[in-house]
Amino acid sequence: MLSLIAEMFTYPFMVRALCMGVLVALCAAVLGVTLVLKRYSMIGDGLSHVGFGALAIATAMNAAPLVVAVPVVIAASFLLLHLTENSKIKGDAAIALISTGALAVGVMVVSMTTGMNTDVYNYLFGSILSMSQEDVALTGVVSAVVLVLFVVFYHRIFAVTFDETFARATGLNTKLYNTVIALLTALVIVVGMRMMGSLLISSLVVFPAVTSMRICITFRSVMICSAIVSAVCLVAGLVISYLYAAPTGASIVLCNIAAFLIFAAVQKGRERLQSGRKPL
Amino acid sequence: MSLISCENLSFAYEGVTVLQGVNFKIEQGDYLCILGENGAGKSTLMKGLLGLKKPSGGSVTYGEELQAKEIGYLPQQTPVQKDFPASVFEVVISGCLSGMGRRPFYGREEKERAARMIGLLEITDLRNRCYRDLSGGQQQRVLLARALCATKKVILLDEPVAGLDPLVTINMYKLIERINRKMGITVIMVSHDIQAATIYATRILHLGEDRQLFFGTKEEYRHSAAYHSFMDGGKAVHMWKKAAASESRKPAEEKGGTESRRE
Ligand SMILES: Nc1ncnc2c1ncn2[C@@H]1O[C@H](COP(=O)(O)OP(=O)(O)O)[C@@H](O)[C@H]1O
Ligand SMILES: [Mg+2]
Repeated sequence: MLSLIAEMFTYPFMVRALCMGVLVALCAAVLGVTLVLKRYSMIGDGLSHVGFGALAIATAMNAAPLVVAVPVVIAASFLLLHLTENSKIKGDAAIALISTGALAVGVMVVSMTTGMNTDVYNYLFGSILSMSQEDVALTGVVSAVVLVLFVVFYHRIFAVTFDETFARATGLNTKLYNTVIALLTALVIVVGMRMMGSLLISSLVVFPAVTSMRICITFRSVMICSAIVSAVCLVAGLVISYLYAAPTGASIVLCNIAAFLIFAAVQKGRERLQSGRKPL
Repeated sequence: MSLISCENLSFAYEGVTVLQGVNFKIEQGDYLCILGENGAGKSTLMKGLLGLKKPSGGSVTYGEELQAKEIGYLPQQTPVQKDFPASVFEVVISGCLSGMGRRPFYGREEKERAARMIGLLEITDLRNRCYRDLSGGQQQRVLLARALCATKKVILLDEPVAGLDPLVTINMYKLIERINRKMGITVIMVSHDIQAATIYATRILHLGEDRQLFFGTKEEYRHSAAYHSFMDGGKAVHMWKKAAASESRKPAEEKGGTESRRE
């Protein structure tokens, strides 16, 4: 089995996928912490469906998929952020409307043009093999931008996540920082979709954050732990998918589920230990 | 010029006025206590002072030397924060962000300021603990330290002792008094604890059902109709009627029977 894994890394496309995958996983994990804590987890899910619609249209028009999807998903994320904050329609309902609406448009476009071919299948369930050179380059650039912006805005993002009212009251530009969060989320969703598939990308955002919140108690340690968990699960998922010819996205999600169960068990064990030690 | 002055201020939610006719002035170094029943509009007024809610009428004027970046705020606690993974130090130092301009990271100055406030509130041993695991009183101290990081001039506190047990409450009041007297920071505090207000505050603003009942020094307040109806156990509904009726009378003619001084 070890020789099989070693063999896996002799393929340049595998190494490429691995590098890009880790980059995307890191971005998704750190942003995911903010989204989960802001109760925005469903926004990631909604955006991925919008992404599917955009990719379907791009294929129908023979345009480069990511070049179409990036602006469309960014626009959708600004709209969702705006809706969750000021609309008469409740935030989660607004997300459901937009995500199912976009999915329906995508399905319609697909059925009227190419039909259900491998491309479309890959948009839904993800595949690293379908990533072109161009995709890989764009993914690298976008992930790097996301990571740099995230680090620069890290403390402000903490402030608007922990207590937006306080941040606004003391004169921070919370609109700007929320917009940055929406922008980064959109970028991560789009670049992650090629590998994970639009049905599964939001797991990359949500799982590592929820997992590390089982045992970490500071914001920074949750961030770091999510990043590590996310990267490890991604690599493990890729290896499993290579060894057993399993779908990439699903393998990665299964690894994330395993990580979650382990962390939850550790949390339970710790709690039991603490309550056992307490005097009566 | 006053630090903050409000003229004929009113607030409405979706067209329904919840508070009107609010007039008062706050000077540097004051300790103002805003009293009123639940739903009187105290939190709304605080949000108005902070620029979080637009008044539906009237105006708030800030003294020349006061900017939004120099105000500290202790919000009424929201349940969302209670399961947040964040260390005490992370929470406290986030109060320094407003004074940092465009600098992305904390420098030595911010770290020292946060450590000083943590020391001042006697929570140094909690510094690396998780915020969500603290008791209510400890959490309030942490948020107060954060508010102090954000200001050198004014601090607004929305029900800082709500849900605290009596001993912790007294400690909290003592701390706030020290912040006001020793550090010279103007305090604006929302409360429905009339006893504490008449002990610690220098000025009182009393809000009735939907309007201002009283504004003045605490000595004047003890002789006011608003105070007596409150102490008589009178309901807020009747308060503004009494206050309106007493406007024709002089405060000295008021009955002072049930007054309970604690000083
Ligand atoms: N976001 C809101 N939307 C509509 N009405 C509100 C909102 N917030 C407060 N109110 C109403 O405004 C009034 C004053 O509320 P508030 O300022 O929170 O009172 P207090 O803090 O004195 O208890 C209440 O009647 C309340 O129902
Ligand atoms: Mg209130």
